[in-house]
Amino acid sequence: MRNILAIGRREVLSFFVSPVAYFVITGFLLLAGYFFFNYLLVFNVYVARFQGMPYPGGQPTPNLNQFVAEAFYQTLLIVLVFLIPLLTMRVIAEEKRRGTFELLVTSPISVLEIVLGKFLGLAFVIITMVVLAACFPLMLAIYGDPEVLPLFSGLLGVTLCALGFASIGMAVSAFTENQIVAGISSMVVLLLLYVIQSPAEAMGNTVGAAILNYLSPVAQVRDMLRGVISISSLVYFGSMIALGLFLSTRALEAYRWR
Amino acid sequence: MIEVSGLSKHYGDYIAVHSASFSAAKGEIVGFLGPNGAGKTTTMRMLSTYLPPSAGSARIAGFDVVTQSDQVRRNIGYLPENPPLYGEMRVDEYLYFVGRIKGLPESQLASRVAEVIERCFLADARKKLCQHLSRGYRQRVGLAQAIIHNPAVIILDEPTSGLDPRQIIDIRKLIGSLAQEHTVLLSTHILPEVQTICSKVVIINRGRTVLESSLADLIQNRSLEQAFLECVSSDEAVTASF
Repeated sequence: MRNILAIGRREVLSFFVSPVAYFVITGFLLLAGYFFFNYLLVFNVYVARFQGMPYPGGQPTPNLNQFVAEAFYQTLLIVLVFLIPLLTMRVIAEEKRRGTFELLVTSPISVLEIVLGKFLGLAFVIITMVVLAACFPLMLAIYGDPEVLPLFSGLLGVTLCALGFASIGMAVSAFTENQIVAGISSMVVLLLLYVIQSPAEAMGNTVGAAILNYLSPVAQVRDMLRGVISISSLVYFGSMIALGLFLSTRALEAYRWR
Repeated sequence: MIEVSGLSKHYGDYIAVHSASFSAAKGEIVGFLGPNGAGKTTTMRMLSTYLPPSAGSARIAGFDVVTQSDQVRRNIGYLPENPPLYGEMRVDEYLYFVGRIKGLPESQLASRVAEVIERCFLADARKKLCQHLSRGYRQRVGLAQAIIHNPAVIILDEPTSGLDPRQIIDIRKLIGSLAQEHTVLLSTHILPEVQTICSKVVIINRGRTVLESSLADLIQNRSLEQAFLECVSSDEAVTASF
């Protein structure tokens, strides 16, 4: 445990001494803020139109949760697809390139401890990022009258999804020495995962379609955005994180035995 | 302290190290010589548990590098050819970090860091970022990192390469001072260096150990240069004669 903490601490330090974490967090908040602004504006127009209708029957009543919070959280997922690889691309690839991997591996700590420590460092940066972005739903809660529970469960969904993405990104980084290769490959993998359920509709009512739907992080987060935290989604994100950690460990062990 | 027998490393058809054998006793400083590409770095990487050997065995402080690699890693300090520094860390932060992952208890950490900083002449650089250090300082931080947990065996891969004469003298003094408590294996291709600090010489050529001898015996009736050239130019003949 002490080794994991030592690695994690060093990782966080290196994120915040270099400009990487600041740029990624700032970029994330900037994009999040812009989307939030946009959804609020659209919501305003919709409310005005709704009130102008003499008989609004059949039209959904505008509500903040569905029109702003849900749309906002869903957009954050696609932003994460592009920003998480920028955080993860260096974590392991850079250690290999500058030779510090040799130091870690010849120290009395296990590869699993190295991987867990690095993930802990990433998780710290990601949670910081999501907590800062929570200022937007907080504004809704202060100035509007949304249901509060879905705001929290949605935030949890976004965090779990980000951690899952980070774990996959780290695994990709463990397979290469080149940061750019790691960054691009993780972006491709995550984008593919993001759109994985698109052919499901055309496949109709088949097992394949069900699998693709289950594999989609967007579909998994959707319930959470509506305030439902299901075991199935928790298992899904838990497995995604575990898979990334497992692949990272394997890649690093194989790196020495090639 | 170091016992190597029949140690080999093959990459497909390419043989990097073939059946290397030598040993080093406690308190010895062993000069590990050989031309470029002879297999020095590969051998040291196997001893440090970084690379698994293809065949043969090596024991460090009585522990096998493959089956007891965890104990081996507790008992070695290793300085690779390029010091493994994190550019964005300050020298003292870095040494604290290394101390932790080498398993030093929290209570000894501060005193050990202070000790290696003094021993490696790093006092004026302790708050500098590693990426701003000159080559000489990087090498000294690398050395500090290798000795911080007081390992029984210290493996140094070309510790003086790229240093100016003044720095070379400092580093040599430092390595010399390690001999009492540690066994040191250092690779180099600077022969006078071996003459000044080593007590034993191992020469490796094209992946094979071609000579293992105490320095005194080796230079009894010839210079170290002559001995080295004889070994590397006709290693087949030399191997036969041993």
